[in-house]
Amino acid sequence: MDLGPHAAFIVLSYAAALVVLAALVGWIVLDHRALKRTLKMLDAQGVTRRSDKAVQ
Amino acid sequence: MGLIDLANPSRFLSLTDRLLPWLAGATALVFAIGLYQASLAPDDYQQGATVKIMFLHVPFAWLAMFGWTVMTIAAFGTLVWRHPLADVAAKAAAPIGAAFTLLCLVTGSLWGRPMWGTYWVWDARLTSVFILFLMYLGVIALWRTIEEPTRAGRVTAILTLVGAINIPIIKYSVDFWNTLHQPAAVMRLDGPTIHSSILIPLLIMAFAFTLLFVTLHLAAMRNEILRRRVRTMQLMRAQAAPGH
Amino acid sequence: MTALSALFLRDLRVAVRIGGGAMIGVLFFLAVVALMPFAIGPDLALLQRIGPAILWIGALLASLLALDRLLSADLEDGSLDLLLMSGTPLELAVAAKALAHWLTTGLPLVIASPVFALFLNLDLAATGAVAATLLAGTPALTFIGLIGAGLTVTLRRGGILLSVLVLPLAIPVLIFGVAASNAAIVGPLPFGTPFTILCALTLISLVIGPFAAALALRQGQE
Repeated sequence: MDLGPHAAFIVLSYAAALVVLAALVGWIVLDHRALKRTLKMLDAQGVTRRSDKAVQ
Repeated sequence: MGLIDLANPSRFLSLTDRLLPWLAGATALVFAIGLYQASLAPDDYQQGATVKIMFLHVPFAWLAMFGWTVMTIAAFGTLVWRHPLADVAAKAAAPIGAAFTLLCLVTGSLWGRPMWGTYWVWDARLTSVFILFLMYLGVIALWRTIEEPTRAGRVTAILTLVGAINIPIIKYSVDFWNTLHQPAAVMRLDGPTIHSSILIPLLIMAFAFTLLFVTLHLAAMRNEILRRRVRTMQLMRAQAAPGH
Repeated sequence: MTALSALFLRDLRVAVRIGGGAMIGVLFFLAVVALMPFAIGPDLALLQRIGPAILWIGALLASLLALDRLLSADLEDGSLDLLLMSGTPLELAVAAKALAHWLTTGLPLVIASPVFALFLNLDLAATGAVAATLLAGTPALTFIGLIGAGLTVTLRRGGILLSVLVLPLAIPVLIFGVAASNAAIVGPLPFGTPFTILCALTLISLVIGPFAAALALRQGQE
């Protein structure tokens, strides 16, 4: 695929998009894992939410 | 199952857990198709291959405005209809919209350098998109400053509504002020002026990025609900601690 | 005397007293304008060319600085709670406060601007144009700032965040204020076009500001 004389700008654009969006996805995924871990730890400590009791 | 069921956070979580893998898969599929089509797209007779940047820049611009629109609708949900998940939706959308706005500015700048000869110009559209980016940062800052989530949701909703006036300004800025940025070529009353060999990849990529936005938004909403649960449980733990 | 006029006069009096902060804005304005020639160099032609912009940025920053005391003093002594509970419409009450704030903070900037224009080697026409645009535009800055003040009043260190929130909304006022000033000096655009838009921005802010601020104060309560 010949990108012409301005190939660097095209490549840089796609690279920037990849980097920023990968960082966004990464943040959301890592945040999710950390939150799940914290919830499991709090559950193990025996802390319950009001609505958890109602469900049971 | 109606919209009211989505108001229950637990039901929302189980729905999202089931939905997200499919959404992620669909996003990846449409991206594969879109990128393939983009690679096949012919060179523009004026711009050459740099027209391929448009397949990024235009969807980013649309989604930057879409993000603030989602936040505005969520703001109405918080202030007017008191929907329980409205402020969660608003908070989750802000960083995603900010990322797309930043990418819109970056790709636009990288497109502008070979096309117009300059990385930046203070014309109406670029200035108003830059202002949109600053407003995204302001909303994120306000979210992080008010500790109590419901109160934060109400206050940021007001800021979102005030900033919403920027969206029509961005859309119509290229019609009102004739400067460097080209006028509307797709979303026009007379129909698009772009040839289909470039329009089709553009629309596929726009669809792909929209699916990405929705996927990330739902995932971020899920995180925010979990975050609030953690906060509630930590508060309860602190209250139950001996000596309290 | 109605409640609104009492509130208005009380704000005026408090502002001009010691600790009220009425003239601090002018001092900061002076600081910004005086620092610019040191940074840019003594090129008088250049200073004259960008003089309107320097004056406008100085006025904008001075306005941002002074916005902090618009509502926070009332929060501290409890009168904000009284305002929220009183029978007077909150929108009118905050509008009266903003008007008093502009008279004691914004208007001194307008009056001081011809004096500071001397530092920047502006001629009479340019000075007049800048003063006129500041007169038309500083109320917009105050009333837009009112929105930020309403949003951040309950925050402990809300001052910086206030500036961050108000700045994007104030950029159009700055753009058209400087555009109108430059139009009067060098043309080719007629002064009337950007000046009318500047006046429109002010009029819009006079309405949206109090409504948004009142909403923010009500929603921001614990």
